[in-house]
Amino acid sequence: MSSPRSPRIWQLKDIRYRLLGVECNKCNKRFLGKRLVCPSCGSRDLKIVELSRTGKIYSYTVVHTPPRGRENYGPYIIAIIELDDGARATGEVVDVDPSEVEIGMKVEMVFRRIGEEDRAGIIYYGYKFRPIL
Amino acid sequence: MRNVAIIGVGITKFGELWDKQLRDLFIDASLEAIKDAKVDLKDIQAIYIGNMSAGEWVEQEHIGPLMADYLGVRGIPSYRVESACASSGIAFKLAYEAVATGLYDLVLVGGVEKMTDVSTEESTHHLASAADREYEAFFGVTFPSLYALMARRHMYEYGTTREQLALVAVKNHRNGSLNPKAHFRNVINIDTVLNSPIVADPLRLFDCSPISDGASAIVIASEDIARKYSDTPIYIIGSGFATDTIALHDRSDITFLWATAEAAKKAYKMADIEPNDIDVAEVHDCFTIAEIMAYEALGFAERGEGGKLIEEGVTELDGKIPVNPSGGLKAKGHPVGATGTAQIVELTLQLRGEAGKRQVQGAEIGLAHNMGGSGSSAVVHILSRVRR
Repeated sequence: MSSPRSPRIWQLKDIRYRLLGVECNKCNKRFLGKRLVCPSCGSRDLKIVELSRTGKIYSYTVVHTPPRGRENYGPYIIAIIELDDGARATGEVVDVDPSEVEIGMKVEMVFRRIGEEDRAGIIYYGYKFRPIL
Repeated sequence: MRNVAIIGVGITKFGELWDKQLRDLFIDASLEAIKDAKVDLKDIQAIYIGNMSAGEWVEQEHIGPLMADYLGVRGIPSYRVESACASSGIAFKLAYEAVATGLYDLVLVGGVEKMTDVSTEESTHHLASAADREYEAFFGVTFPSLYALMARRHMYEYGTTREQLALVAVKNHRNGSLNPKAHFRNVINIDTVLNSPIVADPLRLFDCSPISDGASAIVIASEDIARKYSDTPIYIIGSGFATDTIALHDRSDITFLWATAEAAKKAYKMADIEPNDIDVAEVHDCFTIAEIMAYEALGFAERGEGGKLIEEGVTELDGKIPVNPSGGLKAKGHPVGATGTAQIVELTLQLRGEAGKRQVQGAEIGLAHNMGGSGSSAVVHILSRVRR
């Protein structure tokens, strides 16, 4: 058994490759990912936008007990990033020692390998974040 | 809406029950509840079963008819309800509503999960399906990590301490040591928690509820029927359910359990009571931080003051609002689909005065709080020993 599956990877590749989200034309708020209805004001007048690729760490953790498929990963950092345009995204923070991470740290999006389905399956990619030098 | 009361409860031992199958657990709890209610199997008009993911854990879906079949009551409707870790709390709400509105007079409601037949990594993967698979779990998010994100931010904004988190586990293990059905019955201290392995920093192993097997079941009936069968019916006087964003990052404030607060507001209003009227509560302490945040969302403490509440001993067994006398999810165990009705089983025993060594003296009104995922679904029930 493997997960995630190829069709699902394909369906969301644009969002994960380019950090896409939606902007509400009514309340101007931005949210990660595809949506047809604004979760804030209920408007259906939304447009797809490229979200800010820089932001700061809103909260973070270091995962020591990984799920299936990540058994061989060392402890890794997961954070909620508040992007400069107000949208938030969850992802890994890389290229930094966990002891140096803190709330408010400025980060930028990077394109990285996320994982693989299994030995015969596809390798999948998407966004991660790293400190801005 | 007519009055509805609990007339029978049953619960299996929680833990790593390698010799028990999914169906064994549910049938054991159900037969115990039916015996306790002094009703016959043929009196049951419908079954509601909370279950998160039997399909993932034991490759069995369609458990509505399966359980009806194995209870020997095939023919009647048997519903399966899923809302992650809140599955049976919400099954209970649906069962209550069906009886309150007159659809049925007597129903069986419960929950079951069989989680320990697979590895921890496998269970961690299945549990992550209660988060947003595509925008959270895909990137490596686990359940402990979501609550760790909340804990970190709660500590940052309110100064909640690592020791305050540990006190929740210490209290719940002490209570669990008095509960023969609990997964863990060992008494621990703050150092046990602080020296345990890191799961998702700042949360350690003893901040996390365990992966457990277990089932719980309850017989509820309309008031007139309940009084025929029971001398100590426990009335359902408040019921509220609310939902929040599936992804944690889409919430403006991750330090507050908004859906819990909304569900509680509805339940308090229906029961016409206030938080300080609660004599005993079972809350969803899937992680220690969750209990502290539940204090705040349920109105037991002001925002940001949950850590102080545990420190002051208010929620201890002999405190003003005893919380999780059963040991909570932390010590009693957390077979996810069984947890919501297990909380109501505990409150029923407490309100009947049958909770043994962990009895909260003179408890008349109890509150159960059950959550799914990172708080994306939350259900609150208020029970009373006295008809209102």
